[in-house]
Amino acid sequence: MATIELVNIAHAYVPGQYAVQDINLKWEEGVSSALLGPSGCGKTTLLKIISGLLKPTEGDVLLDGQRVNELSPKERNIAQVFQFPVVYETLNVFNNLAFPLRNRGIPEDKVKSRVNAIAEILELTHVLKKNAARLGAAEKQLISLGRGVVREDMAGILLDEPLTVIDPYQKLHIRRKLKQLQRELELTMIYVTHDQHEALTFAEQVTVMNTGEALQTGSPADLHTHPQAPFVGYFIGSPGMNIFDASLSGHTVTAGELSIDLPASTKADYSGAKMEIGIRPEFIVVHRDEQADAFICDVKNAYLTGNARILDLVGAGLQFKARVGDMSPIRQGERVWVRFPAANTVIYANERAIPTADKEAIA
Amino acid sequence: MKIRDNKAWFFVLPALIVMAVNAFIPFITVINFSIIDVFMNLPAVSVGMENFYTVINDDLFRGAFVRQVGFSLLILLIQVPLGIAIALALPKKSIWATLSLIGLGLPLLIPFNIVGIIWRVFTRADLGAVPALFSVFGYQYDVAQNAVDAYWTVVVMDVWHWTPLIVLLAYAGLSAIPDAYYQAAEIDGASRWRTFLFVTLPRLRSVLTIGILLRFMDSFRIYTEVFLLTGGGPGSTTTFLSDVLVRKAVISFDIGYSAALSLIYFFVILVVSYVFFLVLTSVGTNDDEAVPE
Amino acid sequence: MENLDRRKLIVRGLLILYFIFLFAPIIWMLSMSFKTNSEILSSKLLIPQNFTTANYAEIIEDPQWRESFAVTLTYVITNMIVTLAVALPAAYAFSRYSFRGDNHLFFWMLTNRMAPAAVFLLPYFELYSAIGLFDTPWAVSLAHTLFSIPLAVWILEGFMSGIPKAIDETAYIDGYSFPGFFAKIFLPLIGPGIGVAAFFSFLFSWVELLMARTLTGTVSKPIAVQLSRSLGAEGWDWGVIAASGVLMIIPGAILIYFVRNYLAKGFALGRV
Repeated sequence: MATIELVNIAHAYVPGQYAVQDINLKWEEGVSSALLGPSGCGKTTLLKIISGLLKPTEGDVLLDGQRVNELSPKERNIAQVFQFPVVYETLNVFNNLAFPLRNRGIPEDKVKSRVNAIAEILELTHVLKKNAARLGAAEKQLISLGRGVVREDMAGILLDEPLTVIDPYQKLHIRRKLKQLQRELELTMIYVTHDQHEALTFAEQVTVMNTGEALQTGSPADLHTHPQAPFVGYFIGSPGMNIFDASLSGHTVTAGELSIDLPASTKADYSGAKMEIGIRPEFIVVHRDEQADAFICDVKNAYLTGNARILDLVGAGLQFKARVGDMSPIRQGERVWVRFPAANTVIYANERAIPTADKEAIA
Repeated sequence: MKIRDNKAWFFVLPALIVMAVNAFIPFITVINFSIIDVFMNLPAVSVGMENFYTVINDDLFRGAFVRQVGFSLLILLIQVPLGIAIALALPKKSIWATLSLIGLGLPLLIPFNIVGIIWRVFTRADLGAVPALFSVFGYQYDVAQNAVDAYWTVVVMDVWHWTPLIVLLAYAGLSAIPDAYYQAAEIDGASRWRTFLFVTLPRLRSVLTIGILLRFMDSFRIYTEVFLLTGGGPGSTTTFLSDVLVRKAVISFDIGYSAALSLIYFFVILVVSYVFFLVLTSVGTNDDEAVPE
Repeated sequence: MENLDRRKLIVRGLLILYFIFLFAPIIWMLSMSFKTNSEILSSKLLIPQNFTTANYAEIIEDPQWRESFAVTLTYVITNMIVTLAVALPAAYAFSRYSFRGDNHLFFWMLTNRMAPAAVFLLPYFELYSAIGLFDTPWAVSLAHTLFSIPLAVWILEGFMSGIPKAIDETAYIDGYSFPGFFAKIFLPLIGPGIGVAAFFSFLFSWVELLMARTLTGTVSKPIAVQLSRSLGAEGWDWGVIAASGVLMIIPGAILIYFVRNYLAKGFALGRV
């Protein structure tokens, strides 16, 4: 496996229109990572740049520190698993897995042992003799994956939304196999998806992308508690972070009827900047009875989801969602008292989170 | 999943009626004729399989049959690889691609007798460019009297005429192969040849099956073009099965013979086509038992 | 990289060579069509020295030629229409339903395509004479349907199977009657398929000669048979033959130009 790095990568399919820009990312050897973002955010473009199927119009692609822009995918030793399973229809499963090895002239006994080893991890041993085209989508995708890892000198494995055509009840199995494979073989794996659940449960390191930019890279926990961009906060979480447009006056940021002061340690000048305030639904404090430093809200809707109840609230000139326990007795049409704890409130200026120290309570 | 419903027969009925009139009646007629013998104005006499024996033992038939088999085999061996090769070489999705496809379609849309005439004119000593071209290289080309020249001219004419069909089919098939397959093969380190063998060919299976079946059936029944180009000669060098059938049926009015020949002819095509079909649709689909342990 | 460019060049070169091979006979005939008979027999230059359109004039002004053209067009188009009309419901049945004998029927239909045309000469001659359709374009078109229906059903069935049954079911739920659904929803969806099937039907009828000649006599003559009229006193009227050959290619060329998009899409989508 290798360390993969993108330095100042930008790519324009059509001159002047950048699909991705300002990309500076690094994936350490053996780390499982995800590229997360909505359709069209550029993640597939990045994947193709990494694998070598696409040459970036600007920037460098480094493998273990070496610039590899000119190398083909074959020369980079990077495997890719596609959205739909790709198998060689006239070969059986064994020969499919053996294909990459035989193409390189690996001796047959080595081929045998390696293929059997991989087949065992992927639980494909019982179908090795079967013609690959006859199997279901899930097994075929495992075969594609197996072909990617069967060679021992791979630099990395890229997966482009590999669960797209897999039946829901088989997705868990594939994901478990992926994780098992990644851990056992210590693979550098980059998993591209628009599904946050897939990304957050699979990867140790997640990069959130939108409109061609890499907004934030970090652990799932990090992205959850400290989203550096409003989009990151909004995209991650179910439901995502509440984002309010705000205005700055002196040292105070105001959204609706609520205001919060900038951290005392703030040195930058944000006058004229686009201000936003964000807070996650699960961090909002909701009381049924009157509280001192809380504001009144009407419950427009209250619905159950999974093991929590989501409240659509309107108050203090704002509309937002709050998350409470599923046993909560709060119902539609009631009035509640709400507090936004300052510690969980994030202030964004020009779509970047303002560095925080301690803040006073918001009221 | 298809619904099981015998009322579907009503949908098929119109086609069945039209075809039945055109098929059953002649078919029965032919069977009838094949087992009778008509001599002068005497009433027909049933002679069982006698006509069939006559046909099979007839030198004219045997010669034409062997020639026909050789011809069809040659045609398939030339046109299929050539057609695929051209389809692979064609540009994709540009104005040139469109123009090429239109140009390729032309030979397919020319009435068969015009094809024969075009090539007759093209190769005649007094009218055509081909003899002149050959004499530049010192070869005395004579399609009328040289058996080798005649035979190969017929082959070249058919290649000219029908290769575009394979090209068009293969081209359509190729454009249906998603890029991901080629990308995966590249990542897997496959050479160009192995990519062709394991990605391209398998994915061209259905169009190639149709192409091979059509080409076999049609080349085995070839008539008009050859007739106009060489008339079956010189001698019987280019006399194929259809020629014999037409001669016996329409010119000598040998009803028994031609009816029996028709049935044999049809039967051969049927069986061989079926065999082709079975082989082509099952290659590479069976579970491989020969896995090294 | 140099090897790759050189290989591309060789491939391009061979491709161009093939296209020269493809167009050469046609261009030769084109050049002949603009020459007088004496020039044709005397010189073998590509460019006519005495350019003439007399050959074409002779064809276009002769009412017999125009009649034959009409006859040919009649049976070709009739074949196309009848074929499509019966093939569409049949293909629908094969695509959506399984019924007793369906595989056998499908195979039987295909086998008709395999029969040598010569087999049918005598029987058709008798059949259509008996019905009184001999020497009319209708005989030819009906005879041709035997061969074009199987291919049309094959092609259409492939396309129809590509349309999910869910669409049929949704239409019924929305209250469409079957004819309404078929005409307004289904047919537009398989447009390219119909185009491909129509193309092949036209193609087959246009080029088939043996049956066309056998089933027609003096009144209705396919245009290709008209060529034999060009046997003048001095031998074959080569200039006119060449000109008529060129004219016979033109409808096909026009047709393929119009359906080029359909064909590409159709080929890609359908079983073809």
